Amino acid sequence: MPKLRSMLALLLAGAVLSACATAEIADKTDKPDPKNPFPSTYAPLPGQPTAIVNATILTGTGEQIANGTVLFRDGKIESVGANLSPPSGYTVVDAKGKWVTPGIIDVHSHLGVYPSPGVDSLSDGNEATDPNTAEVWAEHSVWPQDEGFNAARRGGITTLQILPGSANLFGGRSVILKNVPARTVQGMKFPGAPYGLKMACGENPKRVYGQKGRSPATRMANVAGYRAAWIKAADYARKAKAAEKGDGAPPDRDLKLETLAGVLNGEILVQNHCYRADEMAVMIDIAKEFGYKITAFHHASEAYKVADLLAKNGICSATWAGWWGFKVEALDGIEENAVLINKAGACVVIHSDDPNLTQRLNQETAAALAAGRRIGIDVPESEAIKWITANAAKMIGVADKTGTLETGKQADVVIWNADPFSVYATTEKVYIDGGLAYDRADPRYHPKSDFMLGHPKGGE
Amino acid sequence: MRTLLIALLTAALAATAQADTIAVTNAHIQTMGSAGEIDNGTVVIKNGRIAAVGRNVAVPNDARVVDAKGSLVTPGVFVTGTNIGVVEIDLVSQTNDSATKSPDISAAFDVQYGVDPNSTVIPVARQAGVTHALVTPGYDGDGSRDLLFAGQAAVLSLADSINPVMRAKAAMMIELGEGGAARAGGARGASILALKADLEDVRWFMRNRGNYNTGAARDLRLSRLDLQALIPVVQGKMPLLVKVHRASDIRAVLKLAREERLRLILTGAEEGWMVAGDLARANVPVLLAPQANLPDRFETLGASMENAARLNQAGVTIAFSNGDGHRVREVRYDAGNAVAHGLPYKAALAALTINPARIFNVANTTGSIERGKSADLVIWTGDPLEPSTQAQTVIIGGIEQPLDTRAQDLARRYKDLNGAMPPAYKQ
Repeated sequence: MPKLRSMLALLLAGAVLSACATAEIADKTDKPDPKNPFPSTYAPLPGQPTAIVNATILTGTGEQIANGTVLFRDGKIESVGANLSPPSGYTVVDAKGKWVTPGIIDVHSHLGVYPSPGVDSLSDGNEATDPNTAEVWAEHSVWPQDEGFNAARRGGITTLQILPGSANLFGGRSVILKNVPARTVQGMKFPGAPYGLKMACGENPKRVYGQKGRSPATRMANVAGYRAAWIKAADYARKAKAAEKGDGAPPDRDLKLETLAGVLNGEILVQNHCYRADEMAVMIDIAKEFGYKITAFHHASEAYKVADLLAKNGICSATWAGWWGFKVEALDGIEENAVLINKAGACVVIHSDDPNLTQRLNQETAAALAAGRRIGIDVPESEAIKWITANAAKMIGVADKTGTLETGKQADVVIWNADPFSVYATTEKVYIDGGLAYDRADPRYHPKSDFMLGHPKGGE
Repeated sequence: MRTLLIALLTAALAATAQADTIAVTNAHIQTMGSAGEIDNGTVVIKNGRIAAVGRNVAVPNDARVVDAKGSLVTPGVFVTGTNIGVVEIDLVSQTNDSATKSPDISAAFDVQYGVDPNSTVIPVARQAGVTHALVTPGYDGDGSRDLLFAGQAAVLSLADSINPVMRAKAAMMIELGEGGAARAGGARGASILALKADLEDVRWFMRNRGNYNTGAARDLRLSRLDLQALIPVVQGKMPLLVKVHRASDIRAVLKLAREERLRLILTGAEEGWMVAGDLARANVPVLLAPQANLPDRFETLGASMENAARLNQAGVTIAFSNGDGHRVREVRYDAGNAVAHGLPYKAALAALTINPARIFNVANTTGSIERGKSADLVIWTGDPLEPSTQAQTVIIGGIEQPLDTRAQDLARRYKDLNGAMPPAYKQ
């Protein structure tokens, strides 16, 4: 009898699934890909050929276009420029007096892994049980019902990198998401985006493990920990490669070493939490010792002190304007950091690390610009918009797909009611892959997480 | 001898600075007082105070003229809910005087004694036009203490001076809702009862000092110091500043304040808009962070970017809180965001200036540009709510303030990286 009941339940579940399945749910007959065991099932929201006209456009390529038009269809940008007339059959959106930018990208987010509400049951961002947890993947902690995703989208965020926390030397894999409401994390995964590996310098690992009476308790033990891990990973990667060529047996599969070997093979990008300039220089030498590349330093409060070194090594810095002083390694954080990095010719990104700030990366960038002007460095807005679009896309390995308004790119587009660097600017429409994901004026496009059903309506 | 000379010189300079007569001319003045907005006006400052303000005001002969060239002039920004001056680095406990773990000191805890006038955090706020701050005590984060009260808040003037404390004991801080419940054994029912019992104990203590001193006291939950500190609260002289979030908790606090005849100020109040009418009728002001819009706790599920606008619309007096010291410069953007979500511009300016001055009982000396008040004002390069705007001139107590910060020193030192000598040789 119990057996029968469970069979009935299974049958019913199957019926419901087949009735309601959208592209978001993977076809169970798909063959699993050993390289990609949790494949993206992302499908763009429905869209129609759209022409945004009469807009002031910041393209993300360094251009500002007055009275410009953006044309997109089938999820891709067709053309961007002044004096383009919309072809027939396109939905025309008059953006007179409004501004258009690429979708905003937050390269440092913990949405989903530290969701709202911040209770223990949902706190899944830091596997602070071992200094090396390269084997964990942030996507396995992401709760798609975090209302923070919806709030971020209202702030123009169309793409995010979700990272594990910074308790560990190796925190685990990040995941790149398209900021669409979905039932599963696979339904949000950015197709074709590379993984990142979260690493952390400095105070956090030594504090977390020092307090447990374990190593690392000092910065020198942090470094010993990175190097010991890379030695093992190099050996693993060598054996795996040799085995592919028929030379010997492959090593026993090891999730931790698989991820680290992925970095050594150039498939996984190093996303390195690091505040202090001198520590960045040490991390750069470790990367050289083991032959990998650091894609970005995150937080990077002292990047301005070694901006030349970062430029030379092609490393991006993801930072804030206003955050400083909350711990010793953040004491020298200055509002001018971004403009000074930019001045040295290095790649700079403004990030949030915060579910509130992610809603206002445009304002954080505006504060960084203002600080620059205060010391005589005037960066134009057409350049600064890259810090939250094009440079951010580059930093997470999706610059060929999004981050600028250029022909052929994904139609991730934001319409603002004013200059996005004004505190009064709010988003009017947010398109993701050409699908309308948010429309301030139309409640049908105000998605709400399951969690918020039945609760008071804040009404934004 | 040399020390004496320096001392004399310093005293002389200070005296000169104090005596400076300043005329700010060609100013677009938001007085935040009865004169309202004055286009092309003049503010005359004498002996640290505002001697005159208006369109047709004569500039005294001895005045140093500061031509505002049409720029906006407002009262200095007054931010609430900060730890400025008592926290240098949050995670370095030796530099963090915002909370105590003492088992005997809760209500008696007084932030004024932890204020460091040489904190590097103060100039960063001042550079952004913040002239006054309410410093509120917090709770030690490790949850090892179950006393309900956090302690007493203080109003600081952020002038470059050796004594920033302008008004100590400005309010008694307590957290209710989830935090209060946790400290009272895990449930709201216990925290409200415990608070009422504490207040009853204070009244008993006031009536029975003799018995208390001879050891013939009944069982009291609080120490002598704490009981003593709470006397002005039960007398209605010191406001009880309650951090509370959920609408039902706000109602419970309003009821308790009515029953106990307390003066009340709320902070947090993310669901305040849901009980805006009750707050307005009870004439209870609210300190809020306008961007707190996430359901990040079960007690803030109704949080909204429109909280500030809705409370203001209902007639509640609001001011802005910024639960930090290092980032108080952002409070003017907080105000801008509130405006972007429906708060009238003038109301936002009031919430940055005159409202907090009134709420904390210092409006007789600051908070607006009016004759007789301390000359605490800012000349802005543009709209003060915009990040692109800088505070061009900051005057506190009639003295033009230095706008240098340690961060500026760092920026100057590292602006060019190719010197022959290491950056350490750059001053």
